[in-house]
Amino acid sequence: MSADLSELYQQVILDHNRRPRNRGKLPTANRVAHGNNPSCGDECSVYLQLDGDRITNLSFDGSGCAISQASASLMTTQLKGKTAAETQKLYDEFHHIVTTGEAPEDISDLAAFAGVHTFPARIKCATLGWHAALNALKGDPLPATTETHKD
Amino acid sequence: MSDLARTRADFPILHQQVNGKPLVYLDNGATSQKPRAVIDALVRYYERNNSNVHRGLHALSMRATDAYEGARTRIANFIHAADPAEIIFTRGTTESINIVARSWAHAHLKPGDVILTTEMEHHSSLVPWQQAAKAAGATLKYIPVLGADAEGGLDYAALDTLLTPAVKLLAFTHISNTLGTINDAAELCRRARAVGAVTLIDAAQSIGHAPIDVQSLGCDFLVFSGHKMCGPTGIGVLYGRRALLDKLAPDETGGGMVVTVTYEGANWKPSPERHEAGTPNVADAIALGAACDYIDAIGREAIAAHDHHLGAVAMEQLSAIPGIRIIGPRLGQPRAGLVSFAFPDVHAHDIVTFADEDGLALRGGHHCNQPLMRKLGLTSTTRASFYFYNTEQEIGVLVASLRRIQKFFAG
Repeated sequence: MSADLSELYQQVILDHNRRPRNRGKLPTANRVAHGNNPSCGDECSVYLQLDGDRITNLSFDGSGCAISQASASLMTTQLKGKTAAETQKLYDEFHHIVTTGEAPEDISDLAAFAGVHTFPARIKCATLGWHAALNALKGDPLPATTETHKD
Repeated sequence: MSDLARTRADFPILHQQVNGKPLVYLDNGATSQKPRAVIDALVRYYERNNSNVHRGLHALSMRATDAYEGARTRIANFIHAADPAEIIFTRGTTESINIVARSWAHAHLKPGDVILTTEMEHHSSLVPWQQAAKAAGATLKYIPVLGADAEGGLDYAALDTLLTPAVKLLAFTHISNTLGTINDAAELCRRARAVGAVTLIDAAQSIGHAPIDVQSLGCDFLVFSGHKMCGPTGIGVLYGRRALLDKLAPDETGGGMVVTVTYEGANWKPSPERHEAGTPNVADAIALGAACDYIDAIGREAIAAHDHHLGAVAMEQLSAIPGIRIIGPRLGQPRAGLVSFAFPDVHAHDIVTFADEDGLALRGGHHCNQPLMRKLGLTSTTRASFYFYNTEQEIGVLVASLRRIQKFFAG
């Protein structure tokens, strides 16, 4: 296997793809947003339980490639307890990682996605769950948004 | 050199390495590659004959006009149209369908009418009908596909109830780009005609893969893209029976399609000029004519036989991979030269990324077939689609690559 490909499919990513964390609907969620990638059909819904602007719990659901599913899974392990501003900051760092391959040392498992930058077509896969989470943070309470699909 | 090796030598693009491996191009359902003869036709036109058509009286304009109209006649012969005026040049299948969905549907559909299509249509032959039905207050109905893997093809028995006099148009794909199903186009046209419905065949996947005779098929419209039959991108065809095209309101108006213009209004030429406002895509039309020559030199019967052989070989070898789910016709049933498949634990995009490392060009995704995918309980498949320059050995590369990918993701 090429160096680029083993960099893309890191062990952390394969692990999250095989055993996704926080997968399924969150019964206590008061925010949800649905993300999809119309060009490939990948789907990801993110459920947030918000207390003020702090995420107290979250989950994701959906289907897609290993990169999109592992990224959403890993994201759910990183955002618990974060405020909206902290989430945005972490996303900005994540976006920097997947578009440049440069990962700060203190950024934990998210650095596993550095390999994405050599596969530009897969950047959207890696950021799908994050976009859903950011939309959920900005969105209306649950009942108003369940039928709102962003295509 | 074998015939196949000689044919492959005609395609400059095939002789390259991708990720250090020989290119194995199995994405012909998306677009075919171009032989030297087609590339040369483009270069020759721009180097020697480039000019506007139907206007100039100078030598270049006459040459360009002759070549452009010659291409129209060549394409009319290619599909056995009765008259070159039945060939309208468009940007491709999508534009051709949209013209019918706007102009024809606008003039002929009223509330309560039915447009009938199938559950296996590409979005390009589905969304325009949804829009046309909405605009007219008509209803869009679907001929179902049969089987959990759509292996049963279209439900022809359902036509007895679906084909009522309310059906004004039957639009269907000749060959499914996702399933590889070959629909009985002549039978569907015959049944539609019996209730007075107009027919449109989406020949995007069949053109250049099998002999096409619009008169024996008995269709009213037939549409296709040049780029899937060795021609350039940006050129396609709307075939329509002359009687329909001469009455059809132009979808676009402008120069070249008018007889008389006053400050108060204008009137239209007959087909084909009527439907080709503005400077047409002269170069690509001429190159599409060259593609017809190239394909007929190989022979469409031979191409169809080669396609079906590769489809059958791929079916046999892919079916032997544990866990694979193949959609469309079962092993041994008639099938076009393409196979779509899915694995329960490896997503199509991961397969395509890995296969690329082996030099393979595959397609992964919903293939512009979202409703069908949803019906089959899938979000995506991987598709290998063949053409006359593909080899059995390339199917071997595909199968070896899939086995490697499966092993990697099984951990």
